[in-house]
Order: sequence, then structure tokens, then C-alpha cells
Amino acid sequence: MFSAQTLEKFAREVGKYPADQKQSAIMACLAHAQAEKGWLPAEAIEAVAAYLGMAPIAAWEVATFYNMYDLQPVGKYKITVCTNLPCALSGGYHAGEYLQQKLGIGYGETTADGKFTLKEGECMGACGDAPVFIVNNRSMCSHMHPEQIDKLLEECE
Amino acid sequence: MLEIEIDGKKAEVPDGSTVMDAAQQLGVYIPHFCYHKKLSIAANCRMCLVQVEKAPKPLPACATPVTNGMKVFTHSELAVKAQKGVMEFLLINHPLDCPICDQGGECQLQDLTVGYGPMQSRYSEEKHVVFHKNVGPLISMEEMSRCIHCTRCVRFGQEIAGVMELGMANRNMHSEITTFLGRSVDSELSGNMIDLCPVGALTSKPFRYTARTWELQRRRSVSPHDSVGANLVVQVKHDTVMRVLPYENEAVNECWISDKERFAYQALNSDQRLSQPMVKQGGAWREVDWNVALDYVAHGLKDLAREHGGDALAALAAPQCTVEELFLLNKIMRGLGSGNIDFRARQSDFSADGKGAGAPWLGLPLADLNDLDAALVVGSFLRKDHPLIAQRLRQAAKKGGKISLLSVTGDDPLINLHQQVTVPPSRLAAALGAVVKAAAELKGAAVAAGLEKIMVDAAAKAIAQSLLADGKRAIFLGNAATQSPAAAQLHALAQELARLTGATFGFFGEGGNTVGAYAAGVLPTGANARQMFAQPRRAYVLMGIEPELDCADPQLALGALRGASLVVFISAFKNEQALEYADVLLPMAPFTETAGTFVNSEGRIQSFNGVAKARGDSRPAWKILRVLGNVLNLDGFAYQSSEAVRDEALGQGKAFVAGLDNGLNGLAIALPPVAEGLQRIADVPIHFADPLARRAPALQQTGDAAAPTARMCARTLGELGLTAGDTVKVRQGGGEALLPLAVDDAVPAGCLRVAAGHPDTASLGGMFDPIFVERA
Repeated sequence: MFSAQTLEKFAREVGKYPADQKQSAIMACLAHAQAEKGWLPAEAIEAVAAYLGMAPIAAWEVATFYNMYDLQPVGKYKITVCTNLPCALSGGYHAGEYLQQKLGIGYGETTADGKFTLKEGECMGACGDAPVFIVNNRSMCSHMHPEQIDKLLEECE
Repeated sequence: MLEIEIDGKKAEVPDGSTVMDAAQQLGVYIPHFCYHKKLSIAANCRMCLVQVEKAPKPLPACATPVTNGMKVFTHSELAVKAQKGVMEFLLINHPLDCPICDQGGECQLQDLTVGYGPMQSRYSEEKHVVFHKNVGPLISMEEMSRCIHCTRCVRFGQEIAGVMELGMANRNMHSEITTFLGRSVDSELSGNMIDLCPVGALTSKPFRYTARTWELQRRRSVSPHDSVGANLVVQVKHDTVMRVLPYENEAVNECWISDKERFAYQALNSDQRLSQPMVKQGGAWREVDWNVALDYVAHGLKDLAREHGGDALAALAAPQCTVEELFLLNKIMRGLGSGNIDFRARQSDFSADGKGAGAPWLGLPLADLNDLDAALVVGSFLRKDHPLIAQRLRQAAKKGGKISLLSVTGDDPLINLHQQVTVPPSRLAAALGAVVKAAAELKGAAVAAGLEKIMVDAAAKAIAQSLLADGKRAIFLGNAATQSPAAAQLHALAQELARLTGATFGFFGEGGNTVGAYAAGVLPTGANARQMFAQPRRAYVLMGIEPELDCADPQLALGALRGASLVVFISAFKNEQALEYADVLLPMAPFTETAGTFVNSEGRIQSFNGVAKARGDSRPAWKILRVLGNVLNLDGFAYQSSEAVRDEALGQGKAFVAGLDNGLNGLAIALPPVAEGLQRIADVPIHFADPLARRAPALQQTGDAAAPTARMCARTLGELGLTAGDTVKVRQGGGEALLPLAVDDAVPAGCLRVAAGHPDTASLGGMFDPIFVERA
């Protein structure tokens, strides 16, 4: 199911916890699984659960709870827009609308060329920099007003 | 101890108690949904908010530890406001479908809305919709919008059933209870989730829309299905059993019952019930009156006894029969001069007979199972044979108890085991011998004669160590041990291990009334359950038993029955095979339609009354046998009530039977030779273990009731050159069966697992005997 490198990463995560509490590594392992597969198919979730000796439904609970796990295939660039209250009041709502218009897709959708996926996200802990985006779960983008958005989309090759 | 005052009432509670515990002790009711005394604390419904003095906000009673001098108000303005607010939130997304909801009338949400909720909703927006799920034939999840996310069902799976099958997917308002990818819920305890669900989200599929709770009469009964003797509430409408629920008895079944106990009632109402006495005349079956049938039986038995002696008669009863039924059957057989009576149809080794000190039993009260510090279970399909005993041992393991399992398959008992040793049936005694030897060596005691040559491995040593440590320790022999061809040796070895370690030892017991049958003295003085078929008799009386499914060697039994000149079949159900070999069919009332007594594995005497009128012309078997005794002109059959029979059988006014003793004297330890060739391992699938469960349609649709396959490990499969998925012909004696072959690495090498108790395998022979397999 997983490559040797990913399995090595799993082992490193599991090693951080006491031997009888392997399932503490569930979030990290799911993240590694997603990094390898590009998204989290149910089989991958079940395989991670088996690796950690937990019920598949318990892993499913975790995978469906956090919105950084992708349960559907996503585009090359997944842009997550914070729509929580502080961001929404400081232009996040409009930034999201602008982005939707530019890409021609709604939240939870992927462009036809498979390049962009748009998602609604939860607070990223940077309300002072609102509106905030996060690209591919890794790079934070602050003060995302229309001109910044245009720049961001241009930079995405 | 801590002092607490709730609504002005003072109480002292132990350290670590919660406000909810204190309230229960005081008899103060605090409304709640997610809290359940047997489950962990989730505190997610917030219904139990109360005001605590000096606390700035209302606190959840279920999750607030008591501090000394704490003052709690459950009806103050703050508390009531909080409760009203929670109620309003809970009802926001809850559909207003009470009139068409199966839970209506027995719904906690409905009750608490009346007691604590707002009279009217202020919410006019759209309600959240949750899609229905299909999780199998027992639990209905058709209306999941009703779910209030208390997670009781999820916690039940994790903590009581030992397997998490339901979980809460997604987050916030999108949360929903679901299984992984829509799989079914297969736990043998799953029905309890229906009871736990405080709303109409999880309901009973077989019961749905058949009755309203207020139309039902609640009557107490006792489960015949396994040796726990779970206390039941049987709900009846117009003399028809509509539903079975647990009756809470902390000492017996706590508040749980297995799915078999919950849903087997469907068989009571099935068209497979035998409702009229029938006699075979000239090869044709004819319905007759009771007096004709009993005259026929009496004459037949009497004539055969006169001509051929009492030894020409034999009787075999099921261990699910009541004490009264077994006692009277025994009395009749003795009266006719026959000592050939038995109830241990699945047993194959009787060499301990006559050497036992008393009635074999569990060895300790059921409630003590939860507190064991160490236990060894020998020869058991634990979860399927004894779901509630497995549940108790699971709790013991959770508290740090070292539970070990020494058995013939590696089935997962869903218990956090200390050691699991899986050996072929013929090596079971040797494996237990290794533990005995390890215990002797660790203790510096002499190794029992006969065990000198056994190798002690690390697992045996670890088990012995756990049994030698301090605390409460016990050794149990399960059904596979009792049914093993080396049953007496296992008994002797368990006794020796108990002597060495100071642990108690006992038997789980096969049927709902196994201990009762022993206590009532229903034991052969002539031929036992095997001998009565091995040396065929002229007449047989069968009560509550289906020999082709319930006997250790169905081939042997059917052969003898077919050759007999009189077979009396006393049963609650029609039986195709019996139509062929029997001469008289007498319809007996099942446990719900007769007064009677079961004695559970701890020796507890549990009497019950019928909850419904006997169907058709069927009669309680104790009455049938009383009249038969009278027709036979036997002395001592003038009983006025079932209680009179019970008192004669067990003594008057007792709560536990006398004479419980697992001691075995005068049996030397001598390990059986290791079998050559392929050996059969036969479990009795949970929903095929008794005539009731076999006829319950919902149970028969579960995964546990799947048709048997021939299962072996990959290694044995390779050695025999067979391929999984093939249909194979398995053969024992002159009988054979065609079964699909499956790989199962829980089966030890050199063994073939073929379930007993199923029509597909009824043509085969002994449960743990050699077996042959070939490509079909």
C-alpha cells in the first residue's frame, strides 16, 4: 500500500509514543499517507488503521474531522480560504468570492484542468493578517486582497 | 469520603465520585442523555448541567468530581435555564416525527422535552438531514436525523463489545454516526446499542412498527440460550412475544444481553412451531389428541420395557430444558427401569463420570469475573459461546487482569489478552499440561506423573506465572474443552493447575441449564449420551433436542434413531429429519410458554413463569411428562405445580443449588496420543447452538449465521495442494459434505475447521475427530 519511505516515516512517528499507545500517531501517519497518495482513499485510511492496530472507523473519524485531510482527489494546488468569523469580517468572504470567480469553481471543487482545488478552511491562527489562505496545507498567504490573489495564481505553475 | 449537598439533601460519597454518582445515591434525578453508568464519561450532551455553589457557570454533573462541602442545585434558576437552553439546542435539528417514530413512548428525548424543554420551538430555519444507513439485519439506522450525538453506541462498541464498529464521522453540524464505508455491525452484543440509544436513531429492525411500547405487557423471564441465564423482560401483545429486552441484574447479566437472547424470540412466532401431537401410522403422519398420543407413547415404552428390559429405552434431553422437565423425564425413565438418560449430547468423553465430587460449575460467582487478576480459559470459542462471560473478562482485562486463552483456534476474543496459545485439539491437553508443569517448576513442587516429557515453552511459563501471582485467579474450561475427546484429562489437569496455583477452577457450562441438570441428578446410571447411540436401543425419548445438529456425532445418533422401533420426539418445533425417524411428535411449550427453572453456571436458581399462552395444542413439557407418568401408572407424579417439581428436584426455598463441586477423584493424568492426519475442529456457531436461534430469521441473516466453510491455514492448504475458493468434499465415517474451502490462519496447522450444528454439516461425524478432504 505504501512505499518504503512512507513506512519508515510511519515507524518514526510511532516511535514518538509509548508502545501501547501507537494510535497517538494517527494524525501524522494519515498526513504521510496523504503526502504519498496525493489524497486519502478509504483503503489508505484502513491501511493506516491496521498499521496502528486501531479500528478503521476510528481512523475514519480522525480523517473526516480535520479538513486538511483530502478524502477526494485534489488539484495540483489546493487553496484553502479561511472563512471563520474574524477573517470573514476582514475581507475573507470577498476574497473567497473573488477566487471562485477567477477560477470558475465553487468551494470543494477542482478546475477542469486539475490545477486548482478550492476549499473552505478553519481558523489558521493569523486573524491579524486576514484574509488568510493556505496553499497545499503548507504555505500560508496573508493579506489576500485581489491583487495578491492575482499574483498568487500567476505564481502557481 | 466527601460531603456533598444536593438540593439541600446531604450525602457522603467516596473520593473520586462525580456529582451524578452522588445524585444517584441520594435519589435525586438529574436529566441526562450521554451519561450511562456502564460507559465512560463523554459529557457531550450537556443535559446534566447543574448549578454548583461558587462556580461561575453551570457544570455537567456527570463530569464534575465532588469536592468536600460542595453544594449543588439541580432546580435553581441557573440550572433550569441551562437545561432549557440545552434542550432547545438538541431539538433544533431533531425531526418532529414522534408520531411515526418507533421510539415514541419510550424515548428519553421525548420524556425530557416534556419535563425540561421549551413548549414551543423558536427555530424556523431548515433542519439538518442525515442519510440513513444499513448496518445489518438487527439494528435499523433508517432515521439518523434523530441522532443527538451522545456517542453512547460508539462507546458501547469500544468499551463493552470490544470492537469499535460505529463511529462519529465529520465535525460540528455535519457529524454523523456511521460505520466504516457502510459495513455492517457484527458484534454479538450489538443489540444493546438499541437500548442505549436515547432517541429513535437506532431501533430494532425485527420489532419496528409492530407494536407501541404502551400496548405491551412486560413479563420477566430467564434466557435459556447460554449458561449465564440472562434475566429478560419479555414484552407480549395478545399472547404473542413482540420483543425481548434485558432485565437489569448486576449479579448475572448486568444490563446487557446478547443478540441471540434478544432476537431469538422470532422463532416463537414462526410457522415452524409444532402445534399438534402427531403419531405415525403406516408411514403417514396423523394429528391426534393428547390422550391418544400419550397412550401410544405409554404403551410403546411399557411394551418395549417388558419385552426387552428397561435398558432397551434411552432418553436424551437438551441442556436448555428446565429443571422440572429434566427431572420428570429422569423419573419416568427410572420408573421404566432405564438408567439411560443424558443431557450432554455434545460431549464425547465420559471417563470422568462417577469420579466427580459434585455438579461441575463456574467455581465462583459470575460477578467476580470482572475483578479477576488472572485467568486462563481453556478450549473456548469465547465470544460466540458465552458473549456475556467474554464481556466480563474483557472488563477484567481492562482493569489490568491477565487473561490468557488456550484454545483450538486463534479467534480474536476482543479481549486484551496476556497470552494466547492455539493448538490442534489433540494437543490441547498437552498444552495445558505444559502450564501445569511450568507452575510446578516455578513453585518448586513435584511435577505430576504423566507430564515428565512435556516441553515447557515461554507462553506456558508466562501463563503459569500469572496464575501464581497474588490476587483473584481462576481457570476455566470452555465448551470446546467439555466437548473434547480428552475432556476428562483437561478436567484433571485444570484441577492440578488449580491445586498448584491456588486459583479456583470451573466450567463455563454449555447450556442454559447444564448445572441444573447435574443438580437434579439427570445423569446416566446406564448408557450415556454416546453409548445410547453407539449401542442402539429400541426406543428413544428426545426432548428439546435435534440430534442431527445437537449431538457430538450426528451420524452415530441418526443411525441409531433410524433403527429404533419407537422414537418419541418432544419438541417445540417441527423437524424434517424427525419426521423420518420419529414415531410420535409431542409439541412442548418453549421457555416463554411454561413455568420452569434454570440454574446458571454459578448455581443460581432462577425460576420463571410463562409469559404467553402455549401455542396451538402445545403444552408445557413438565405437564406432558406428569401426565405421561400417570398414564404409565408410575408413583410420585401427583404434582400440582411446577414449583412442587422444582422443590423436589432442588430442595425448597433455595437461591443456589447445593452440591456444586468441580473436584475429580481417581483419574490419573495420562496425556492422549497426538492425532495423525487431518483433524476436525468444530465450533457451534452462535446462532445455530439451539433450536430457537436456528429459526430466528433476523439472526439467520447475520454474518455469524453464514453457512459453514471448510477452513484451514495457508500452510496446510499448501501441503494438501488445495486452493482456497474451491468446493471440497469433506468426509467423516460414511458421511460427507460439500463445502467451500477458505483460508483461515486462525486455524492451527493440520486441522480443518468445519462448524457443527448446521444442516450443511449434519451428515458428518465427531466434532474433534479425524476428517478427510479432497477436491470435489
